[in-house]
Amino acid sequence: MSPRWWAARPELAHGMRAGVPYAIASGLVGVSFGVLARPVMGAAPAIVMSVIVFAGSAQFAALAVLSAGGGALPAIVAGVLLNLRFVPMGIAIAPWLPHGSLGRALRGQALIDASWALANRGDGRFDTDFLVGSTLVQYPAWVLGTVLGVVVGASIGNPDTLGLDAIFPAFFLGLLLNEIRRPGAPLVCALGAVIALALTPLAPAGVPIIAASLAVVAGLRRVSPSRAADGGGE
Amino acid sequence: MSAAWITVAGLAIATAAIKAFGPVVFGGRELPALLARVIPLLAPALLAALVITETFGGPGRSLVFDARAGGLVVAGIALWRRAPLYVVVLAAAAATALLRAIG
Repeated sequence: MSPRWWAARPELAHGMRAGVPYAIASGLVGVSFGVLARPVMGAAPAIVMSVIVFAGSAQFAALAVLSAGGGALPAIVAGVLLNLRFVPMGIAIAPWLPHGSLGRALRGQALIDASWALANRGDGRFDTDFLVGSTLVQYPAWVLGTVLGVVVGASIGNPDTLGLDAIFPAFFLGLLLNEIRRPGAPLVCALGAVIALALTPLAPAGVPIIAASLAVVAGLRRVSPSRAADGGGE
Repeated sequence: MSAAWITVAGLAIATAAIKAFGPVVFGGRELPALLARVIPLLAPALLAALVITETFGGPGRSLVFDARAGGLVVAGIALWRRAPLYVVVLAAAAATALLRAIG
């Protein structure tokens, strides 16, 4: 790799820079995960989980099941339900990834919420170099945060007293506000929120998020007439 | 192998497969027209749902209204004032911690 690799792949470097604030937030949530996970799972599994799973909300969901005395299978199912949102996110970036299934599958591993949202260029376009760059700074932050949480856990006590569980909502609100100006977005946002609120007391964690993706249909009805007026749509 | 290790291994494999699914199955060609039209609106739908579930999701299947809601309001104010994201999340955490300390 040449010393000026960023000149050839500028979006990778731009993504890294854009990812820094989200990396700081991820690191703090990682501390919280490490603190909570160590007494339940043990130090090594908690750290290895952040290294090879690298999906915050899914890790918390699996941890909640294990904390409640549930077995491995329900814990895995809980994590998978949280991660199912990466299926539509992965479909969204698929056309913008290079050819070759293996390369696409590997780049798909960089899918995390913040990177996906930041790499969204509107009109359905995604900058996948930007996405990978943004994840490259958030991944070490998540892992280092977890290690720190595992190591200092006992002295922190319950991370909820520090309000660390309020970081993810704030983080997602920031990403949402970046999106809200797109045509049709306010309606879809409101409907997605209503679906999630309605299903949270009824369905297992993760399902309300996937179900909220159906809110895009409302936006479709708004967007399609103007497309048709442009002269023929797709 | 302990339940913790089985969970770590199983979830790692499942997550890798989930993240690879879209890129492998839908990669290298144009998306069906209907999908291409809804995808620009996927982010607001998913992010709104994540804000709701991370703020109001309780243990098991429950909605709870706790100090995180106050943190979210503070985050909203900080974002409106165009504060950088690390300030936004720290303000949300501090507000939530304060509400818990006095509540």
